[in-house]
Amino acid sequence: MTIMTYADAAKLAIAQAMRADQTVWCVGEDLGRGGVFKQYSGLVEEFGPERISDAPISEAAIMGAAFGAAMAGTRPIVEMRFADFALCATDELVNQIAKARFMFGGQSRAPMVIRKPMGMWRSSAAQHSQSLESWYAHIPGLVVCCPATPQDNYSMMQAAIACDDPVVYLEHKNIWAVEGEVDTSQTAEFGKAELRRAGADVTLVSWSHTANLCCDAAEMLARDGIDAEVIDLRSIWPWDKAAVLDSVRKTGRLLVAHESVSVAGFGAEVVATVAQTVPLKTLPKRLGSPRGLIAYAPNLEDQMRVTAPMISDAARSMMETVPA
Amino acid sequence: MNLSNFDRDAGMARLTMMERIRAFEETARRAAVDEELVLGAIHLSIGQEAVAAAVIERLRIDDYILSTHRGHGHTLAKGAKPEAMMKELLGREGGCCGGKGGSMHIADFGVRMLGANGVVGANITIAAGAAHGIKLLGGDQVVVCFFGDGAANRGPFLEGVNWAGVFNLPILFVCEDNQYSASTLTSAMTSGNVADRARALGLRTTEADGNDVTTLAATAVEITDRIRETGTPEFLLAKTYRISGHTYFDPATYRPEGEADHMRDTNCPIARLRTELAAAGVADADMDALRRAAADEMDSALDAARAAPWPADTTAFIDVQDIGSPAQEAF
Repeated sequence: MTIMTYADAAKLAIAQAMRADQTVWCVGEDLGRGGVFKQYSGLVEEFGPERISDAPISEAAIMGAAFGAAMAGTRPIVEMRFADFALCATDELVNQIAKARFMFGGQSRAPMVIRKPMGMWRSSAAQHSQSLESWYAHIPGLVVCCPATPQDNYSMMQAAIACDDPVVYLEHKNIWAVEGEVDTSQTAEFGKAELRRAGADVTLVSWSHTANLCCDAAEMLARDGIDAEVIDLRSIWPWDKAAVLDSVRKTGRLLVAHESVSVAGFGAEVVATVAQTVPLKTLPKRLGSPRGLIAYAPNLEDQMRVTAPMISDAARSMMETVPA
Repeated sequence: MNLSNFDRDAGMARLTMMERIRAFEETARRAAVDEELVLGAIHLSIGQEAVAAAVIERLRIDDYILSTHRGHGHTLAKGAKPEAMMKELLGREGGCCGGKGGSMHIADFGVRMLGANGVVGANITIAAGAAHGIKLLGGDQVVVCFFGDGAANRGPFLEGVNWAGVFNLPILFVCEDNQYSASTLTSAMTSGNVADRARALGLRTTEADGNDVTTLAATAVEITDRIRETGTPEFLLAKTYRISGHTYFDPATYRPEGEADHMRDTNCPIARLRTELAAAGVADADMDALRRAAADEMDSALDAARAAPWPADTTAFIDVQDIGSPAQEAF
């Protein structure tokens, strides 16, 4: 067990995979200098510039070329710098990478990890702050992963590199420096949620950094005598329906929280699935950003932010709600 | 025409390939029009066969090609079996993509044909990446990426060609300039010359008559041998003409009256090669026999495709993804 940051945990998983498998390589802008968030620092010194490859500012080519290289027998880790910039490579991801195996009748695979740092981070404004994970969950062919802790950024990166499907790997920019214990013997599986806190009164479902906020909210609720269970989905496709359903069967209350826009967000999928499967004590609830844009000024940025107090308030109100 | 070093056997081999491509597409068109067996759009390369035949002739089985929505010729030339291709066009079991792709996504990884593409220009970055993969793995294969003149106006053209230059990759970009972007004259939508764009990106660039299969094949040998030797990308602009419409049901009325007929009469690559072969002493009857053999081969492919069943319904859920596949979704 070692204490390390969220950024270093993923880097460790990458370095270990690159030592074990010569076909694993990383490609993206500025990687030779450690990447924009230094999440690759030191790797070029060990693995050289061919396997920690710089790239022109050509998102479509980074994504498309990595895909071609995957079909030719390598296992690329693609760095998109900001999830927002990955939109420049949408055709390559959605029309090509996600569909090739199916369209070609199973002749090809795209074993790729597509890293897209996402989320609100220090007045980054509308083009550097988005959380678009629900878009990717909507695309058959993709695995969508949103780790929230250093442990998961280690274990899930390891799983993503080993995976023969393309994995959209969304790391949250606000927690690069967050430290936590990492047990390198611990593995993770896509579609298996992490029970972050056991509780009997209300089920909080989340992923990415908002799962951490749910843990904070659960502590606030505990002070009021409300025992919240926190389920961190970790991957939203596939997602652990069984864990969520088992939990709400126990608690009878569901609150899904995420940083992304509430409208048509993945929370709606979770709520719909639960609502048509399990009778609840109260109406289920989702909490996400208003369908607004993320601004530069901190007070404006905060208008779009889901916070731990908002989560605990929403959960508390569910305890008071009359039965559904 | 210089007959002194004309290779009759090579000429007959090229004629065979071009007749097979022409016959495959004429057969597919009949299957679409007369029998409604081909359900989706197919894009014919009638008039453009020389580019596929000439450029791919020199390639090894382990070299890669990537193609376009107009990809039957490239696929056949790389060595795919017409029966599996025809089954794919009909959406049948045994099609090279199991009936999931159809004409626009035809692929045969067994002969390293990494797919046609339904998105114009999208294959350019992917092809550059296949070459990148070869380089990383230390292979000596080359990649040939075919695309049309219209694709040169898409962003991936700049990004993909630049990529190949920056990383010095073993790839030949082949722009098949058939003069039309669907129903629009490409020259009206293109600033400057496409070959100049490749030159500006630092690639050694050759401009060629794409309907002169004999000369083009010699040019392609030089270029692909050089790429294999040096590992350095090059660009080939092959001027050709799409005698057929954009799709098989496109009457192509946007073209000046008589233009396609004139090109068919004066610039058909098959007719031009027949003239060369006749001058070299090949009897018309021998050349006609190749044409009949090609037609018979493709008729047999169509018969087999017609007789093949639809793919099993359950295959709709297969080969989407291993993890979280629709087949595993319980509710």
